[in-house]
Amino acid sequence: MLGTRRSRAISYIVLALGALFALGPLLLMLLNAFKTTPEIILSPLSWPTELNWSNFVRAWTDARLGETMLNSAKVTVMTIILVLTTGAGAAYVLARQKIKPWKAVSAYFLATTTAPIQLFLFPLYFGFARLGLINNPVAVSFVYCAMFSPFAIMLLRTYFIAIPKELEEAANLDGANAWQVFSKVMLPIVSPGLLTVALIIGLYCWNEFLIASTFLQSKNEMTAVVSFTLLSGKYTSDWGQIMAAAMIIVLPILMLFLLLQRHFIDGMAGGSTKG
Amino acid sequence: MWLFALPALAINVALILIPALLTVALAFCTWDGFSAPVFVGFANFQAMFADRVFWIALGNNLKWTLIFLTVPIAIGLVAATLLLTIKRGRTFFQIVYFIPVVVATAITARVWQGMIYNPNTGVFGLLARFGIELSDPLAATHSALYGIAVVDLWHWWGFLAVIFLAALRQVPEEMVEAARLDGAGFFALMRDILIPAIAPTIKLMMVMTVIWSFLVFDFVYILTQGGPAYSSEVLSTLAYRNAFFEFDLGRAAAVALVIALFGLTATFAYVRLQTRERVN
Repeated sequence: MLGTRRSRAISYIVLALGALFALGPLLLMLLNAFKTTPEIILSPLSWPTELNWSNFVRAWTDARLGETMLNSAKVTVMTIILVLTTGAGAAYVLARQKIKPWKAVSAYFLATTTAPIQLFLFPLYFGFARLGLINNPVAVSFVYCAMFSPFAIMLLRTYFIAIPKELEEAANLDGANAWQVFSKVMLPIVSPGLLTVALIIGLYCWNEFLIASTFLQSKNEMTAVVSFTLLSGKYTSDWGQIMAAAMIIVLPILMLFLLLQRHFIDGMAGGSTKG
Repeated sequence: MWLFALPALAINVALILIPALLTVALAFCTWDGFSAPVFVGFANFQAMFADRVFWIALGNNLKWTLIFLTVPIAIGLVAATLLLTIKRGRTFFQIVYFIPVVVATAITARVWQGMIYNPNTGVFGLLARFGIELSDPLAATHSALYGIAVVDLWHWWGFLAVIFLAALRQVPEEMVEAARLDGAGFFALMRDILIPAIAPTIKLMMVMTVIWSFLVFDFVYILTQGGPAYSSEVLSTLAYRNAFFEFDLGRAAAVALVIALFGLTATFAYVRLQTRERVN
């Protein structure tokens, strides 16, 4: 029977177990980032005997996190700008059905959100190689834009649809042209949507592995996540250092997520269910 | 008005559609990435079908699909239903469950590898010292794929829980109340009221699961590189290896087409479901 005190207690116990499962691995990361290797081998579950920051120092220098996180940030910011500037217009046009084949274009974007990377990766890589675009962060941000903007367009579309048509008509009567209606009237209204898209695309870029590890292999352009994976040899691994590096890379994301979780959750959930 | 849509469309066509069409052409050629491609008809497909590893990889993708169609969806549904029935702490649990979704795959992979599965430094090693026989699943051919699947499951189930909860909250409260007054237990409520009510969302997530199951790459590549002895190879890692380690681009393209075939079938269903949803 639902709603009784006992069933409520069981609900909370099961939910708490779920929370433990979700947080457990991250707690292990936190604990062991502060421990020496002998301490970790003794027990990965134990509390650190002292706050040992040397793992963080070695992580910072070995994974060159200062430079590689800056590289990640560069690609991330460029991609966000590209996606927003190209995606907002497309979303507006599709939401208002301003072009005849809006249905076909929408279906095309919807289909590319699910395209396997391997379907376009190989010609793209060797094409870029011929054009000298390997190890070029700008080129990679265009690839990210192509990969992520369909999702952004589908999500932004729902924000544009929610705006009453009368607003546009009023602006038109006032003599505003199409560009002015879009930039002065529509864009400010969907700015919460733009922020949501920026956050989610930023998250995807910061975390992305396959494209980054394929297209940005040089020391100077490598992203943080790729440089992080190079920290460990298969058999000899300094796990304290690796966990410290993991913490440094994941911390900015976690802070942003905890601060703005509504945007992340609603955006990611909405983008894939509302289409 | 085309000008508004053109930049996004142009970038997408240039970097996804055209390379994708080239991949289709490439599947019928041999190419090492540098010299001129040579047309060879169906030779890549014949070689692929004759390759034992291809069938292992395809089988692993199918196993993966079955696992992810059942386990995370069941966990997500149970968690979402529980969240629906509680009054306090709903937001808190949602946020906690969603945290693994935002952690980079590379980081998730290393945390599980070093802190949980590792026989020296991980929880599994610790438990083994207390006599609980747990060996590193990634090191054995019969368990590597499942070891990776658990990592992806950790990363994934919270997303489903949140999506299902959002759908469940649209279910009219009177329906839930009426079932409660009839004395329905937890699982009866789920089976008779809630699951039918959010069936469209569940169906959509199942279609997405099929698509994503054929795309899985990061966790396999980082945790095992498809090993030991190809036991955890999936189609995406096989194609990647064909292309960038063996420079057999024709073969890689052929494998990519197989991935796309499964993806396209599911995508077709997905686009149809989405368009139908929009009409309602």
